[in-house]
Amino acid sequence: MQITTTLSILSLLMLVGCAAPMQSLYQWGDYENQVYARYNDPGKVPVEAQIAKLEEDYQKARSTNKAVPPGFHAHLGYLYFEVGKDDQAMQSFRTEKNLFPESATYVDRILAKAKK
Amino acid sequence: MKKHIRLLALVVAVLTFTGCATKQADVDYSAFRQHQPRSILVLPPLNNTSDLRATYSVLSSTTRPLAEAGYYVFPVALVDQTFKENGLQNPGEMHQASPKKLNEIFGTDAALYITIINYGATSALAGGSVVVTAEAVLIDTRTSTKLWEGKASASDAEGKQNQNGLVGLLIQGIINQIANSVSDPGYQIGRMTNQRLLNTGKRGLLPGPRSPRFEQTQSQ
Repeated sequence: MQITTTLSILSLLMLVGCAAPMQSLYQWGDYENQVYARYNDPGKVPVEAQIAKLEEDYQKARSTNKAVPPGFHAHLGYLYFEVGKDDQAMQSFRTEKNLFPESATYVDRILAKAKK
Repeated sequence: MKKHIRLLALVVAVLTFTGCATKQADVDYSAFRQHQPRSILVLPPLNNTSDLRATYSVLSSTTRPLAEAGYYVFPVALVDQTFKENGLQNPGEMHQASPKKLNEIFGTDAALYITIINYGATSALAGGSVVVTAEAVLIDTRTSTKLWEGKASASDAEGKQNQNGLVGLLIQGIINQIANSVSDPGYQIGRMTNQRLLNTGKRGLLPGPRSPRFEQTQSQ
């Protein structure tokens, strides 16, 4: 009986282990849901409210020492541009580039265009 | 009782020896390894369904699995905007842009081309379940070499059928977890499709440089 229980637990643990092999690399907040809503529920959430939610996600990630996902700061920068907060937008894009140097070419292109 | 023990011991043994991340021998990863990308640009998916929400619904949930696999993923909405500013208005036109051009504009190592085959509820005759099926091809932008391809599907019927099994519980759990303010069930099922399509499991992507498993793969 004990052997059966032990083996059952062991195989269950292994299956669970397969389904969730490691910890999440990033703190996932509302970013992806906002992208969905932007296209498929346009106007449902005002841009200012989207910004507020992402800023909240960012604070939450910082307070728990977690990283925000790739694209997060660039997307936030895009929203800042939309509401005319250009300085904050540029800052967000620079943060994206600092955290993810892979974005350098694209971010530099956006910053160069914004300065014109 | 003895039969049960033997069966369980077998299950444990099989799980131990096969492991979870074993790559299928029939998939050739040599081009992937040779052109190992750091970054992936996801193009807005081609939509072969009649549901107009499909493209951006599926696009919106690609970032998470790819980022968790260890890749830099470009901000999908902003990328879409850049395409449009450059005169490419729909996914069909965007998919025609040359990989070299994508490398030049975005500085991306690889581009991911997704095609959506099913999105949303099937007819009542076909069971009336919500199904999302998609296929993807990953291309090296410098050489246009194909690095990887895959196909995956998810359906809300899976959870209903296997509610008592472990898999059913897991799937039902995921659906419940993500049942948020979005009312389109295709969004939730599409999220599962993307997690199956764009992970690092069997026949999946190789872990990227930001994954803790990256080095292991490289030294194989």
